[in-house]
Amino acid sequence: MHHTLVALVEDKPGVLNRVASLFRRRNFNIESLTVGRTAEPGISRMTIVIDSDQASAERVTAYLYKLVNVLQVEDLGTVPAVARDLALVKVAVAGHDRSALLRVVDETRAHIVDTGEQTMTLEITGEPPHVDAVIRRLEPLGIVEMVRTGQVAMRRGDSTLSAAQDS
Amino acid sequence: MPKRTGAQIIWECLVHEGVHTVFGYPGGAILPAYDAMLDYPVRHILVRHEQGATHMADGFARAGGGVGVAIATSGPGATNMVTGIATAMMDSSPIVCITGQVPSKLIGYDAFQETDITGITLPITKHSYLVTRVEDIMPAVKEAFHLAKSGRPGPVLVDVTKDAQQASVEWAWDPRPVQMRGYRPDYPITREDLTRAAALIRGSRRPVILAGQGVIQSGATRELVALAERIDAPIAMTLLGLGGVPASHPLNLGMMGMHGEAWVNHAIQEADLLMAFGMRFDDRVTGNVKTYAPHAKKIHVDIDPSEINKNVRADAAIVGDLRETLVDLLDVLEPADHEQWLAHIDAMKGDAAVRDIQKLPDTGHLYAAHVINDIWRITGGNAVVVTDVGQHQMWEAQYYHHETPRSLLTSGGLGTMGFALPAAIGAKIARPDAEVWAIVGDGGFQMTQAELATAAQEGIKINIAIINNGYLGMVRQWQEFFYERRYAATPLRNPDFVKIAEAHGLEGLRVEKRSQVNDVVERARAADGTVLIDFRVEQEDSVYPMVPAGADLHAMIRRPERTVLAETGADPI
Repeated sequence: MHHTLVALVEDKPGVLNRVASLFRRRNFNIESLTVGRTAEPGISRMTIVIDSDQASAERVTAYLYKLVNVLQVEDLGTVPAVARDLALVKVAVAGHDRSALLRVVDETRAHIVDTGEQTMTLEITGEPPHVDAVIRRLEPLGIVEMVRTGQVAMRRGDSTLSAAQDS
Repeated sequence: MPKRTGAQIIWECLVHEGVHTVFGYPGGAILPAYDAMLDYPVRHILVRHEQGATHMADGFARAGGGVGVAIATSGPGATNMVTGIATAMMDSSPIVCITGQVPSKLIGYDAFQETDITGITLPITKHSYLVTRVEDIMPAVKEAFHLAKSGRPGPVLVDVTKDAQQASVEWAWDPRPVQMRGYRPDYPITREDLTRAAALIRGSRRPVILAGQGVIQSGATRELVALAERIDAPIAMTLLGLGGVPASHPLNLGMMGMHGEAWVNHAIQEADLLMAFGMRFDDRVTGNVKTYAPHAKKIHVDIDPSEINKNVRADAAIVGDLRETLVDLLDVLEPADHEQWLAHIDAMKGDAAVRDIQKLPDTGHLYAAHVINDIWRITGGNAVVVTDVGQHQMWEAQYYHHETPRSLLTSGGLGTMGFALPAAIGAKIARPDAEVWAIVGDGGFQMTQAELATAAQEGIKINIAIINNGYLGMVRQWQEFFYERRYAATPLRNPDFVKIAEAHGLEGLRVEKRSQVNDVVERARAADGTVLIDFRVEQEDSVYPMVPAGADLHAMIRRPERTVLAETGADPI
């Protein structure tokens, strides 16, 4: 089962290493990890997706709290949340009809962000299953390069995760 | 404000933290700090290997209850500390390690004696700092001490670049307490958790208290004994918990686990309630967790929330200081009586006692159990005993009966051979008035034997009992039990330990018969300097009972009914 953990961490040297090392040390496999700034200076936000059972997700949350630079941790699997993943996919267009590709673009809310002589680059944004589905449709056309950001996620509604609360 | 160099600030901070002794070894990247040290009222113990410095700091912390400090240079100096840091981490021992680092401009360029020690020690420290600016030294050192000793204690490493030590800044001590946004060492005990735990205790007919090192670290001996007496519950001890409850207390059953006494493990397996107080259900105490205490509800009290539900699911959990928790429980619990249950456990004890090697007559052979039991008797159980790892460690746990907290120091979690000698030196410095014994195997002794020179140079008086059986005894025992007596790489051809002591200007003595034990031990105790005793014990003796690794806790290999010793048929003396 996938768990999406969100961690608010102090933006200090080595913090990413500490978090990543924790998952390695405790034998958890990270499916994706993203990190970026938050609205509050000095605080970064990590979104970590792991494949584990509920008890293990609770365990890893407790371990994360043991890291001195970690301020808040939440398992977004337990609350309503929006999740987004972004992919850039370079698809071969030489030697075959571009209309198949343009149809996928049309039907899936993908964007063409670049075109070359041999390839076209698409941006796909959405819930991770949506991105997966679009990529599956592009595969027969010939994907030559792909990058995904990994998931970012946030609670739905007015409630927020803030480093100020409860720390 | 006066100007201070980074090197001076390190010592200013250490003195403000109450440090009077550090254990270390100089080198290039830490030289500015060593130079500044001469102007501060701090005793420096020059070790022979940086591993020794970390074990000494660890022994100092465990014996005295304060924070131990170890200092080393960059590169190999720092990497030599790794084993000692991991030892302290596994046993939650508060030490601060200060290492020199190459100048900040050279970091990342593979400079001479550069190593990424904060990276290397990341998983074996509670936290670590790489300090590259003189302004950051005080906050790092203050936080290091705060982290090391608060909450669940542990090792903290502060790596300071040479240029940060050499730079100067206008400086004054900041007396404000440390505030760290992401660090919460204290957890309020909730009424709800207490109520749930108290209800389980009231409903129990076969309770067992599991007492771990948390009893010692939170200073909860009095409260734990009061609770046990109030609810009439027997207490089983972890290895690191020994001393947390007086061994002579009638409710103290003794040690649990792999080499715990049979009645203790059986009591746990038959219990309907386990109260785990400051212990972490290590695999060496549970055996197979699937069959562990199958009838028991579990109450788990620990200062570290990540221990709850880690190895064993808790039916009630309290995260917080153990002493405070026990005070709160004593407020709500009324007296109970478990006479039948205690009588039942006592009956099991009778069965096991007849197998006890201690009860067997002296046939002239020298058994480790006898040696250790004699040391206990002769020292009146009042020594601080520091053990290494292996058979002697388990025999010590079984046959030296500890009455007071911090009277047994041993590497439990990591199982670090070589711990005893340096940790005993550290313990003696923390408690100069205590009688300190290092009880160590012939294998482990040789791992950190070089620290004999430290004891000699610093004039430190400890007693060293080498339990010399000419084998890596515990490994040999596993080979005997599980590998068809194929003794791969376990026989030792040892040096003459008496001569080694003498080469250091120390007294070395040898004991080959039980009848010699008393006089030699007394002679060592009376001597002014460190004395090493080479006890030539039975070579192929084994530690019983034994729960094979991963086996059910009740599936113990018991002491043989007839021992080799009994079979000799010799007359008792």
